[in-house]
Amino acid sequence: MLEIEDLHVEVEGREVLHDIDLAIREGETHVLMGPNGSGKTTLLRAIMGFGSSQITEGSIVYKGHDITNMPIHERARLGIGLLFQRPPTISGLKLGKLLDVTSGGDLNRVEEYARRMNMDTFLKRDINKGFSGGEIKRSEVLQLMVQQPDFVMLDEPESGVDLENMALLGDTVAELVEKDQHIIKRKKSGLIITHTGYILDYIDADVGHVMCDGSFRCHGNPREILKMIQTKGYKECIECQRI
Amino acid sequence: MSEDMKGFSDIDSNDLQRIEMTGLQTGSLEGRSGSFLQVDEHIYHASSDVKGVEILPIAEALTKYSWLEDYYWKAVSRDKDEITRYIAAQEPKGYLLIARKGSQTTFPLQTCLFLASDNIQHVHNIIIAEEGSELHLIAGCASSQKTKAGAHYGVTEVYIGKDAKVTQTMIHTWGEFIEVYPRSVAIVEERGIFLSNYVCMVPARRVQMYPTAELRGDGAIARFSSIMLATPGSYLDTGSRAILSAKGTTAELITRAITTGGTIISRGHILGSVSDTKGHIECRALILKDGTIHAIPEIEGRVVDCELSHEAAVGKIARDEIEYLMARGLSEDEATATIIRGFLDVRISGLPESLQRQIDAAIDAAEKGF
Repeated sequence: MLEIEDLHVEVEGREVLHDIDLAIREGETHVLMGPNGSGKTTLLRAIMGFGSSQITEGSIVYKGHDITNMPIHERARLGIGLLFQRPPTISGLKLGKLLDVTSGGDLNRVEEYARRMNMDTFLKRDINKGFSGGEIKRSEVLQLMVQQPDFVMLDEPESGVDLENMALLGDTVAELVEKDQHIIKRKKSGLIITHTGYILDYIDADVGHVMCDGSFRCHGNPREILKMIQTKGYKECIECQRI
Repeated sequence: MSEDMKGFSDIDSNDLQRIEMTGLQTGSLEGRSGSFLQVDEHIYHASSDVKGVEILPIAEALTKYSWLEDYYWKAVSRDKDEITRYIAAQEPKGYLLIARKGSQTTFPLQTCLFLASDNIQHVHNIIIAEEGSELHLIAGCASSQKTKAGAHYGVTEVYIGKDAKVTQTMIHTWGEFIEVYPRSVAIVEERGIFLSNYVCMVPARRVQMYPTAELRGDGAIARFSSIMLATPGSYLDTGSRAILSAKGTTAELITRAITTGGTIISRGHILGSVSDTKGHIECRALILKDGTIHAIPEIEGRVVDCELSHEAAVGKIARDEIEYLMARGLSEDEATATIIRGFLDVRISGLPESLQRQIDAAIDAAEKGF
């Protein structure tokens, strides 16, 4: 589904990602871990096509299309979706109005999903204005449910979410990447940044990656990697030069 | 309505379309409590079908009601400037609108001042909302597409009695050759409410206005909101002023301004001259293409315990907001238009839905041009 080769990315003139190779197959969900500032969010933003993440070398191929230089909205229309870690507030734009547009006017579906995410009272509010950390994440998941992307990128979906809502969020995210479906029926893929690993309680991710200083250090079983990080921290990863 | 008056049916279809852009109904008047239409100097229509609400040409009113002298040129001075002096020297045109004590209108009234020739149109309107009455007004101002020059001079004096409420939405659909100089003052008595909205999304060569609300009675409220777009060649010098001269009075002046090459001077002035008063000015502006936005908010407090504040911001649309919407599948142009639409979405609490709808429609019509 997604193939990244030899990707180099600059942010404000400084190279943040070096020589990234990554392949995610249909039906697979990958987890991305690494210390703060290691380049995880920059990678997701480069895949989405944001101007601040400048690709200087390498390529991103999605569903057979070279999307390396494609505008953001065309990538979205091809089925790439992103849950933002810190989305902007847009004054005057109601969440319901945006969902009306992205759902193609299917208000019944919007309302049904909004009720499921306990967001029905937020539809008339300005997007992200005065939302708590958890409300922002629920709003982001709601937007992705309406958008139904084939490739779902989640930037720290669990940060700021209280325990009560964690299960709701985790279960819904699992549905977005079709983890509720039988393995042979899964068509959707995911790439999830997590610090705490809580999301792994809801999603059996297939592959884990550790990123340090803008490059991958190891790939492997996500739970095993998480356990290692929980016991030893990232110190060992920073020193590790295996890849 | 006098029999010698013409009606909306005497106006050609292109002009009717422009009148409709100002939020007015020109066919069936269902859904309106009353209607007034003046084309250049001629009054085409004046009628109200609500008990307790009367609308009539000002000249007729001055003969009919001798007490009107107590209101005529009392809120606005006839010597204020060259515009008022010009109007004072002419035969009186315009209307008197009275909402009698306790009267309520379910539907808004509509008034239209239409400029069809290249001359100066002048009007002098008086609006009186007596104690406990409620009046909703859609005031449309437009010019014919054929008009290549011309000016509109207007005086409006609004008197809002105790516990009365007047809401007004004024939509301007002038032409790129037209100059507009309205002069208006509202005097608000105890617990009276004055909500005034101004929308100008189409070109006008020059608009200069600075409506004032004098809150004379305890607990009176004034809210002004203005939504403006200055296209190349447009010069909009507008503002609003509130004078808080009684205890417990509050005022809010809100402006959203966009330039795509024209000039907007956005003024605001709140004067707190007694204690226990509150006022706030908010002006936000976007420069989409090189043009001028000059925000001049003024707050003036003269006593202890008057709380006044202002905020003003001039900028551009944030890139991260555009990219956020693009990540949801909107093209860059769609994302930009959606953000601008949100930026202009100022909701005034207490404004009837019908008046809000007219504002929304005016913005929707302009949205294509962003």
